[in-house]
Amino acid sequence: MQFSEQWLRHFVDPKIDSEALGQLMTMAGLEVEEMNAVGGVFTSVVVGKILSTEKHPDADRLKVCQVDVGQEAPLQIVCGAPNAEAGMKVPCALVGATLPGFEIKKAKLRGVASHGMLCSARELGISDEHGGLYALPDSAPVGADIRQLLGLDDTVYVIKLTPNRADCLSLAGVAREVAALTDLPLTMPASAPVEPTIDDRRVIALDAPESCPRFCGRILQGVDARASTPEWMVRRLERSGIRAISALVDITNYVMLELGQPLHAYDNDRLDGTIHARMAQPGEKLLLLNEQVIDLAAGTLVIADDARVLGMAGIMGGEESGISLDTRNVFLEAAYFAPDAVAGRAREYGFGSDASHRFERGVDFALSPVAIERATALILEICGGQIGPVVQAESLAHLPARPPVTLRPARARKVLGIDLSDDAMASLLARVHLDVAREGDNFRVTPPSYRFDIEIEVDLVEELARLHGYDNIPAPAPQGHLAMLERPESRRDLWQVKRMVAGRDYQEVVTYSFIEEAWERDFCGNAQPIRLANPIASQMNVMRSSLIPGLLGVLLTNRKRQNPRVRVFETGRCFRIDAVGAPVAGYDQPVRLGLLAAAGTAPEQWGIAHRNADFYDLKGDLEALFAPQMLAFEAAEHPALHPGRSAKVLVEGKLVGYIGEIHPKWVQKYELGTAPVVCEVDVDTVLATNLPVYSSISRQPAVVRDMALVVANSITSMSLMAALKQVAPAIVRDIQLFDVYQGKGVDPDKKSLAFRVLMQDTQRTLEDAEVDAAVSALVQCAEAQFNAALRR
Amino acid sequence: MNELDTLVAQARTDFENAADATQLDVAKSRYLGKGGAITQQMKTLGQLGPDERRATGARINAAKDQIETALEARREAIRDATLAVQLSAEALDVTLPGRGMGKGGLHPVSRTLERIEALFRSIGFEVADGPEIETDFLNFTALNTPENHPARSMHDTFYLEGADDVLLRTHTSPVQVRTMREHVALYGEREHMPEIRVIIPGRVYRVDSDATHSPMFHQVEGLWVGEDISFADLKGVIADFLRKFFETDDLQVRFRPSFFPFTEPSAEIDVAFMHGEMKGRWLEIAGCGMVHPNVLRHGGIDSERYTGFAFGMGPDRLTMLRYGINDLRLFFEGDLRFLGQFR
Repeated sequence: MQFSEQWLRHFVDPKIDSEALGQLMTMAGLEVEEMNAVGGVFTSVVVGKILSTEKHPDADRLKVCQVDVGQEAPLQIVCGAPNAEAGMKVPCALVGATLPGFEIKKAKLRGVASHGMLCSARELGISDEHGGLYALPDSAPVGADIRQLLGLDDTVYVIKLTPNRADCLSLAGVAREVAALTDLPLTMPASAPVEPTIDDRRVIALDAPESCPRFCGRILQGVDARASTPEWMVRRLERSGIRAISALVDITNYVMLELGQPLHAYDNDRLDGTIHARMAQPGEKLLLLNEQVIDLAAGTLVIADDARVLGMAGIMGGEESGISLDTRNVFLEAAYFAPDAVAGRAREYGFGSDASHRFERGVDFALSPVAIERATALILEICGGQIGPVVQAESLAHLPARPPVTLRPARARKVLGIDLSDDAMASLLARVHLDVAREGDNFRVTPPSYRFDIEIEVDLVEELARLHGYDNIPAPAPQGHLAMLERPESRRDLWQVKRMVAGRDYQEVVTYSFIEEAWERDFCGNAQPIRLANPIASQMNVMRSSLIPGLLGVLLTNRKRQNPRVRVFETGRCFRIDAVGAPVAGYDQPVRLGLLAAAGTAPEQWGIAHRNADFYDLKGDLEALFAPQMLAFEAAEHPALHPGRSAKVLVEGKLVGYIGEIHPKWVQKYELGTAPVVCEVDVDTVLATNLPVYSSISRQPAVVRDMALVVANSITSMSLMAALKQVAPAIVRDIQLFDVYQGKGVDPDKKSLAFRVLMQDTQRTLEDAEVDAAVSALVQCAEAQFNAALRR
Repeated sequence: MNELDTLVAQARTDFENAADATQLDVAKSRYLGKGGAITQQMKTLGQLGPDERRATGARINAAKDQIETALEARREAIRDATLAVQLSAEALDVTLPGRGMGKGGLHPVSRTLERIEALFRSIGFEVADGPEIETDFLNFTALNTPENHPARSMHDTFYLEGADDVLLRTHTSPVQVRTMREHVALYGEREHMPEIRVIIPGRVYRVDSDATHSPMFHQVEGLWVGEDISFADLKGVIADFLRKFFETDDLQVRFRPSFFPFTEPSAEIDVAFMHGEMKGRWLEIAGCGMVHPNVLRHGGIDSERYTGFAFGMGPDRLTMLRYGINDLRLFFEGDLRFLGQFR
């Protein structure tokens, strides 16, 4: 909603400046988004009439003009505008005038004296137009001050209205608010009924009364559609952001802006019989004013005559029944369409209008008869003609009711937390024309027809808060019932985990939850991703089912920007279709933690040899994050990962994620450089931790024995370790793998795994014999189950 | 000077001249060893009479003590000198950079979220969470925004292909209703239901993209429902939060009437700093209001007995203000030169 301050001040004129008026509206919930001065800051610019022009003797492009500015003698002014010609009226800046950015002085231009300057619209800050002089109408009086003539001492307010305040989608509505807030009288434009001069009329049939319970129509004959719209109306329309088109269109727009009632003018000669407000029938089509042909869906409210559909009610009229400059006879419509009949329709069809914007939010149903008279009066004044009677069809049962709402003052005080007396409440509500009656301890409040937003008590509470002023509500320290929050020790805070990851040299990133379909296919093997119906861009069209693609995206971005060392992590939801899905059926949305390392294990530095982070580095990070929980790893395949360098991550046998090196084919296709290593696990499993359990510490001496077992390369260290632990006698406290060796002395298809065995008893010193027996039990197990040989 | 004094002086000189521990041992044996001067002196005592023996013995012992003291002093000096040489040889260039792994950091918005959570926890708010693919019902209808409500056009919503009843949540508010329902399931039977005090941080989505809008951004929802919660309490909590968050009293906070279908009365919260680059400019940072009775009802809560307030703030905006960041898109680009500034 955009309008001129001067126009508003015709309705109500508080003695405060533009800034303060804007502030007043903002703080009442009519947020002023922009305030723009209509013209630039300038002085001493008057209407000048060019009496004659001559070519400048020494410059091809300049003209020497004699200009009448109402002084005794014409002024001689040199001007370069291509459109300057004798007889034209233009703004003329006199000597001594200040314009945006400069001052006018007597001057000589290529030797010819010039006493002033003729101006373009841009030079006056009116618009960006600077192709030539700003042409004024012939009616402009010579010598008159331009600021006054054009009403330039004006401001345009752009206000952002919330959907509940449809009553402020007009000057009258905004003025009503301002009057209430300032407690000043409101002056409404005259809208006394115009006496009919002819008896022509059309029958109006309300075939869908729940959607259109009131329709006023009138015939006007012999109007001059080519009459020019008065300057003042054009100005007000333009300052409201509406281009002037022709008198009849301008008048309907003007009344809509002024009062809030959308109107429609039909060419009466193109209508046939009765006017119907009815639902569209299957197969009906309509050529709209914007030259688009649409198939009307059943359930669309239309205006029709006996022969055809004329327009979409409250949204847009049809081209074939519309007015043109040749129209002589007009049928004028001012109707009330229920919000439900209009809401959502414009969006369904993919367009909207100023009318639909108002109807879907709610137009005052009492306004149709008032607005049709106001528009009639203006048409008569501007276009002339003969006036038929207003035909008003209505279904009172279907008009909105404005039942009284009970307000309990005590409740209002409780909800707002303020101490406002009953009387103060009553007087605040009365200011906005709510009818307030006492009813015991309570008030019975009846809203006016234009207040669609007052239906229940809390609507009145809000009104009170607004009128009392949000600023006047105190902001005390909050009081509540104290209770300590739960702090489970067996579950870590996500922040704690994030800080641990950051502490291991990973930078947190936040990437979009929607990614490119190709990434989802390549890195997740997901050919049926969750697609967005309306993505913002084609490379952001599917929901991610993994964090890995986004992390690789970060790697690519940083490689492009020459940040070579990338170690990043992200936590966030991933999405996949799931038959069960909770809490939203059909979708599984786990929160995951993903890590990517594509760089040296440590920043480039002296004293540490560069080595790229590999599978085991990342695995070590993951194990540290989960500790004290123990992770198990099983070789596994994953679409994004190198098949020989990837694994499932398990906690107590349950799959919690994957880890591995990016597959060489993706490294090549996406130009990732050195193969990055990535992992991804369910956050819940990282957050879980164990409550420590104490076990006694032995004071007896420990015995340590090392043994190196040579096994085939295909034997995994974990399987060997598991078997050793299985057969270890009770005195074996711990077995650690401390070396892996391949090379000289070991067959090429074998490896040597060295274990350190720690043995200890809690009660006594161990005998050599039992230590030897324990070690040989372990060796025998390895020999028997894994065909291992003890390396000497 | 008698003979003994001369001996002591001689010993001192000899010890001083010993350059290292070995030479010192040689010097020591000249005086204190088996054939040393002091030992020789002692041997002469037997030839003296008892009185004289005692007196001379005492003198010899005094001289011996002096020699031993001098020896010890010299020994220590030599040790110190040796150590000093070793230490000097071992000296490091302490200005060389420290060795080891680097350090990562949290995302700037995470820093903000962590602080918001901590501040609200300090007055008894718990942290809740909810799904990002949400039902249309909870995102809109349960929040008093039925189909075709004009307020739906305030949110440009992402929908999923082939599914009418789900969408990407446009705000964290649906978790309000989820939280209320869970709370009622737990405590609904009690005579006095405990208060709901919860904040809900998370990602939300709207079809919008420019320097100040991202199709994905963060929100933190807050909800406090109890038997006696008022709009004044809302103002009190928010004012306290903003001063603590920005760590300044040099801040104006303004509650401006607005409209959200799920709260009434509703307000936008604007802040203006009284100093600095942004001085005097009102910046919108949150929407809030008293939970609408229809929303409480959808949450299963008696809207007569309980009232509550809710707010939804933009942690991205708060982060930008706090660190002076001027482009929202930086948060989601993943450029490490940007992110690395927030370690």
